[in-house]
Amino acid sequence: MLKVHALNTFYGKAQILFGMNLKILAGEIVVLLGRNGVGKTTAFKSIMGIAPPETGEITFKGIPIHHLPPHKTCNLGLGYVPEDRRIFTQLTVMENLEVGKQPPRKGYRPWTAERLFELFPNLAERQNLIGGALSGGEQQMLTIARTLMGNPEMIILDEPSEGLAPVIVEQLARTIKKLKNEGVSILLAEQNLNFARLICDRAYIIHQGRVFHESPIDTLSGEAYAKYCSV
Amino acid sequence: MSKVLKVRNLTKSFGGVCAVDDVSFDLEKGRLLAMIGPNGAGKTTCFNLINGQLKPDRGSIVIMGKQIAGFKPHRVWQLGVGRTFQITATFASMSVLENVQMARLSFHRRTLSIFQKVRNLYVDESMELLKLVGIEKQRDHACGVLAYGDLKRVELAMALANDPRLLLMDEPTAGMGPAERSRLMEQISGIVQTRNIGVLFTEHDMDVVFTHAHRIIVLNHGKLVAEGTPQEVHANAQVQEIYLGAAETARLEKR
Amino acid sequence: MGFYVAQFLTGWADASGLFMVAVGLTLIFGVMRIVNFAHGSFYMVGAYTAYYLIAWLPSDGVSFWIGVLLAALIVGIIGVIVEMLLLRRLYHAPELFLLMGTFGIILIIQDLSRWLFGAEDLLGPRCPGLDGSVWIMGSLMPQYDLALIVAALLILGAIWMVLNRTRWGVLVRAATEDREMLSALGVNQGRLFTGVFFLGSFLTGLGGALQLPKGGADLLMDLNVIASAFVVVVVGGMGSIPGAYLAALIISELTAFGILVLPQSTLVMMFLVMAVVLVIRPYGLFGKAELAPHEPAGESGAVLKPASVRLKWLGAALVLGIILAPLFAGDFQLVLLIEIAILALASMSLYFMMGPGGMVSFGHAAFFGGGAYAAALMVYHLQTPMELALLLTPLAVGLLALIIGWFCVRLSGVYLAMLTLAFAQICWSIVFQWEEFTGGDDGILSIWPSDWAESRIVFYYLTMVLCTGGILAMRHLLFTPFGYTMRACRDSALRSASIGIYQKRHQWFAFAVAGAFAGLAGGIYVFSKGSVFPDEMAISRSFDFLLMVLLGGVETLSGPIAGAAAFTWLHDQISRFEFWQLVLGCIFIILVVAFPQGIAGFFSSKTERYFSEPTDE
Repeated sequence: MLKVHALNTFYGKAQILFGMNLKILAGEIVVLLGRNGVGKTTAFKSIMGIAPPETGEITFKGIPIHHLPPHKTCNLGLGYVPEDRRIFTQLTVMENLEVGKQPPRKGYRPWTAERLFELFPNLAERQNLIGGALSGGEQQMLTIARTLMGNPEMIILDEPSEGLAPVIVEQLARTIKKLKNEGVSILLAEQNLNFARLICDRAYIIHQGRVFHESPIDTLSGEAYAKYCSV
Repeated sequence: MSKVLKVRNLTKSFGGVCAVDDVSFDLEKGRLLAMIGPNGAGKTTCFNLINGQLKPDRGSIVIMGKQIAGFKPHRVWQLGVGRTFQITATFASMSVLENVQMARLSFHRRTLSIFQKVRNLYVDESMELLKLVGIEKQRDHACGVLAYGDLKRVELAMALANDPRLLLMDEPTAGMGPAERSRLMEQISGIVQTRNIGVLFTEHDMDVVFTHAHRIIVLNHGKLVAEGTPQEVHANAQVQEIYLGAAETARLEKR
Repeated sequence: MGFYVAQFLTGWADASGLFMVAVGLTLIFGVMRIVNFAHGSFYMVGAYTAYYLIAWLPSDGVSFWIGVLLAALIVGIIGVIVEMLLLRRLYHAPELFLLMGTFGIILIIQDLSRWLFGAEDLLGPRCPGLDGSVWIMGSLMPQYDLALIVAALLILGAIWMVLNRTRWGVLVRAATEDREMLSALGVNQGRLFTGVFFLGSFLTGLGGALQLPKGGADLLMDLNVIASAFVVVVVGGMGSIPGAYLAALIISELTAFGILVLPQSTLVMMFLVMAVVLVIRPYGLFGKAELAPHEPAGESGAVLKPASVRLKWLGAALVLGIILAPLFAGDFQLVLLIEIAILALASMSLYFMMGPGGMVSFGHAAFFGGGAYAAALMVYHLQTPMELALLLTPLAVGLLALIIGWFCVRLSGVYLAMLTLAFAQICWSIVFQWEEFTGGDDGILSIWPSDWAESRIVFYYLTMVLCTGGILAMRHLLFTPFGYTMRACRDSALRSASIGIYQKRHQWFAFAVAGAFAGLAGGIYVFSKGSVFPDEMAISRSFDFLLMVLLGGVETLSGPIAGAAAFTWLHDQISRFEFWQLVLGCIFIILVVAFPQGIAGFFSSKTERYFSEPTDE
């Protein structure tokens, strides 16, 4: 589904990514593990075209996307849920969903506000409230719902569990599993290993802008994890 | 006796919504008090009230025996209150050393000096602080290019620069790996004990909270719903329901 | 009673005109975060275009309205061209460079209009069918005024519908909050921006065309209207459309009734309203605090380093050049050098405030002109000797800056900048209208140096000593705790407060220091010229200083000097052409596109290695 090859990305003069390689298959849930500042968010921004890479190749469904602006990448069916939620606080829940709306995609059941409210019952009660009036957990649900309105074939989630109460994180894990059943591929970044173990198939361990280890989540070696994620 | 912070009936609402509702608690010297609760429970508002950034609608805050209602942040700071933020706030155009020098300059009331150059001021004291938190090697790096964990340490050094009696830390370990978290928390515990500082902190990592806090208070919808030692809070059914959830409760049990 | 109703309706009609200019400005700012200084120029183009279209169209009942609509459409298209060719290239550059780009557009449109439309003031055509008056409660009201009120209400309603009832409107409102997120959700941001810029330009063009029967068209319209439009936008809350309407109404009504009580208050009134509103509600009536704090003007992460040995040599060479210059330079070159030195001091003081201080001022002329007037008034009314006047001037202006700064530092970002503009306009209005004391438009003449400094060469050295001294003093300040604290306040308000810095107070002092040095520059200036006019306090003067700083680059200490020199030299070279503003505007635009770091910034990044001290690591 998504292939990232030898990605090098800079912020100004500082190089953040050093030849990063990733591969996500259709229907898979893959997690990037690693400490803050190792380049997970930058990798996502590079994939989306928000921080275009200096060199390297990114293909989505076989189409090269490394030179595309964010809206075109999104139109191809790649949704992005950023780390800090970034809902539109002055728009109502319904309007937030409207912003994310894109035409339906072949082979996928199109998302509508009604279907999303089944998935996120909390939002249904609050559809006419402005985004700013929602709690942190509800805002996180709304960003995911908003991205789903674009009918993506794959979504990128940047630290979805960050700052959420453990109860809400549990709920989120259930939702993400449901999405997988819908056939959506998911790439996410996490620091919460417990959460990642609940939902993911495969893990990459990222350190200093590179992939240091790759394995199915069940057999993830504690040693590799301890070495790069916990030091 | 040795109360650093006494909060009584603290209340603050924004546009009709009660963000902090009749909250009372105490903090003693050399102790770590964790404040936990779901997002939007009023933790940050509570911090901003104690810090002087917001003015309470009702209730009192006593720091080191002094009423601080209506004090501006810089006056609260003068009483010996240090703060670190959830999203690190440092001076990006200055080096690590200069950041701490800046805090030291302020401590010595020298921010309006116009004759001596900063280069020669309080270098030794600032280096002491850098050593204390373990980032003396990065002294000349600009804060704008520092790694996240190191920035958190710079913040800590700056918060310690006024020899505080009370430290307010908003998610001190957010964005760090598990081992780095516990190392930083141990470091903080050590400093707090030797310097006899009271610490109030928020945290989403339950491992950190249940390992390092002496006491825990739980907020929900602005109200204080539980208070006690980590064991007591963990056993509290209401806390399990509104915050921890079944899985996390079980996981903490196993530890 | 009828008289008051008529007065109220007149005010409402004025408000409607004002709203039509302001609404586009606030829309563009809200979505694109561009402070479009060229908005007034589009307004002027709208008026001229409509004038010629109406004259050219066969005159019948509807030609007036067709002309107005066509003119608005043309202005909208001009807006699209400007957005696509220029602004689009600058979205990733620092916000201030967009400003410089829009300054360039002002200059270009100014000269193009003079060339195309002629320098004469035009009397607007009457609107057929609405050229009479009606009796309302015993007072005569022009029908056209009533039509304007209706038109503005219709526009307000239409915009509200578009923003709240269409998908495009939802996208526009989303864009005011978070543009990056919007494009990550698959929305073509470029197209949305072009659309918004078209709508904004269209509306101001419409405003310009519709006011033809009331005000006609002239070449001063652009800057005259832009100040009022900004005030409306700021008072209403930047980005808020109902806010713009309400603000226009309040300001126009206060002016309409204020004129009855105090006829001389007209020019000041608007700015007083603004000052009062912003002190009570810092972000305007309906405005919200800026969601994302503005990037500081200076490059974050650039650590201030003391001058290296090589840089010191360069400085020494410059000083030597200044000392030896009279040996080679003629009288005329000396005059130019004096002017450069004075402007360098003034723009250094603006840099001091903008760069390390993080406070952008759109009204720095208040302090420069304030210094010029302070010195001139002392000499004129009290026969103060030059030496004493030069000593007292910075103190007097420092005091003025303390007063103005007390209001301004409560705000930040664009709001602060707009408030400085408002205060500069208040100062200008006072000087302009208080003829008995300040000489009004005629200025104050015959302010010459003391006898000993009368010779050109002596005055040259005096200027150089004072200006170099002032510049070096400000540079020194930046390395002291005072300067560091300024940067601390700019870098992080949160952090400064939590290490016990009283941010507002410190910014207030920094504001006053910058003002005092600008005042000194103004004081020297008046003795070099021998006279002073209100122009030294006008908006265009403030823009000059901004341009000098931007030209030099806000990231380097040497920037303001290079900028002042380049600006003065350029100005001197090209002001011989008839359409020199056109040339200057083009140069600015080329510069911002080619050197987004400013001139000195460009060279310093090229020569960084050479002038930086070798590090030990």
